[in-house]
Amino acid sequence: MNGVHDMGGMDGFGKVKPEPNEPMFHQEWEARVLVMMRAMGAAGAFNIDASRFYQESLPPEVYLASSYYKRWLLGLEDLLIDKGFIVAADVAAGHAAERAKPLKRGKFTLDDVERVMARGKFGRDAPKPAKFKPGDRVRARNMHPATHTRLPRYARGHVGVVERDHGCHVFPDSAATDSGENPQWLYTVVFDAAELWGPDADPTLRISIDAFEPYLEAV
Amino acid sequence: MSSDDHHHGDHDHSELSETELRVRALETILTEKGYVDPAALDAIIQAYETKIGPRNGAQVVARAWIDPAFKQALLEDATRAVSTLGHVSRVGDHLVAVENTPKRHNMVVCTLCSCYPWEMLGLPPVWYKAAPYRSRAVKDPRGVLADFGVTLPTETEIRVWDSTAETRFLVLPMRPEGTEGWSEQQLAGLVTRDSMIGTGFAKTPGAPS
Repeated sequence: MNGVHDMGGMDGFGKVKPEPNEPMFHQEWEARVLVMMRAMGAAGAFNIDASRFYQESLPPEVYLASSYYKRWLLGLEDLLIDKGFIVAADVAAGHAAERAKPLKRGKFTLDDVERVMARGKFGRDAPKPAKFKPGDRVRARNMHPATHTRLPRYARGHVGVVERDHGCHVFPDSAATDSGENPQWLYTVVFDAAELWGPDADPTLRISIDAFEPYLEAV
Repeated sequence: MSSDDHHHGDHDHSELSETELRVRALETILTEKGYVDPAALDAIIQAYETKIGPRNGAQVVARAWIDPAFKQALLEDATRAVSTLGHVSRVGDHLVAVENTPKRHNMVVCTLCSCYPWEMLGLPPVWYKAAPYRSRAVKDPRGVLADFGVTLPTETEIRVWDSTAETRFLVLPMRPEGTEGWSEQQLAGLVTRDSMIGTGFAKTPGAPS
């Protein structure tokens, strides 16, 4: 979706402000939001692509005005309600008012903690041969799906070169909407800055994205 | 308070309390419904606080600086190479290490959300997740580096890696001069988080940190 989350190349957000000796969390609740998200994901309530899609789907003014963990909280609430794990009556009461919905992998317990500390596995067997190989020139498609995609707007319509082949991975565009893993080949595609930003771009700069095969067409 | 909070919502005390109450209510609901054990949630926080952080990445970098075979293995398949180091926590698939040289500087961003190699660097800092970095890194990386007080020679090539999939990138910074004969542990102490994102350099011996 063409949301405000897709920020690459936007102007007007000002300077980057590094914070010396930044704490891991600025508020205690941030940690609770983080671990609720991780735990409910690990228990099978949703996948990572759905959690990203729900944050992207926040109203633009809310997305921009909210801190990182606030976005996580808002996205998590919406996601759990839409998937039926919590209902409006629970939220209104601040307690479990309705019966629970079974989780795919059951309750998240101490035995599951080790598992969430390592990233999930996203590589899959290839359903078909790769269409592209390192060195191939490709164009990022001019596509504008209304749902989740990982092809940033700034790359669409532009020509780059395949640099690496990462094998087949879960396709976020499908997984985000519970339409299956639909594994696709994944490539690092590198673009000259002038191709993306025009003749005034930094001549020493190149930018790469990791692009799934359906995002690309041969040139 | 995070830097983006200063300019937008969440700065009012009553609003903060409202968020806190909302978070507590959600945890109460999830607990009462039997979805999560709160002790398991505490254990995840504790694990983040004790097991992950930039020191993991720093150990990997220091090893690469003193061991050419490890460095080559790291650049070929970082997940496999890191997993051979017993003292670094488990690492996920598809970790990619990219090497900074006098000719080429690498920098990592996630323009779409905030993807970051947690197992190597810990939880990302606020600036990495905020709009100024996410918007500008792909278009004006030299301007972003200036915000960090970092200047590159004008002829140095810059490569920005936008983390748009489940690959994760670790920058292998250049080894500082004047560190000949240093031990792996001494070298690890020079490797900053920012040097592994590409928004800084490793510390120089004797320079103020």
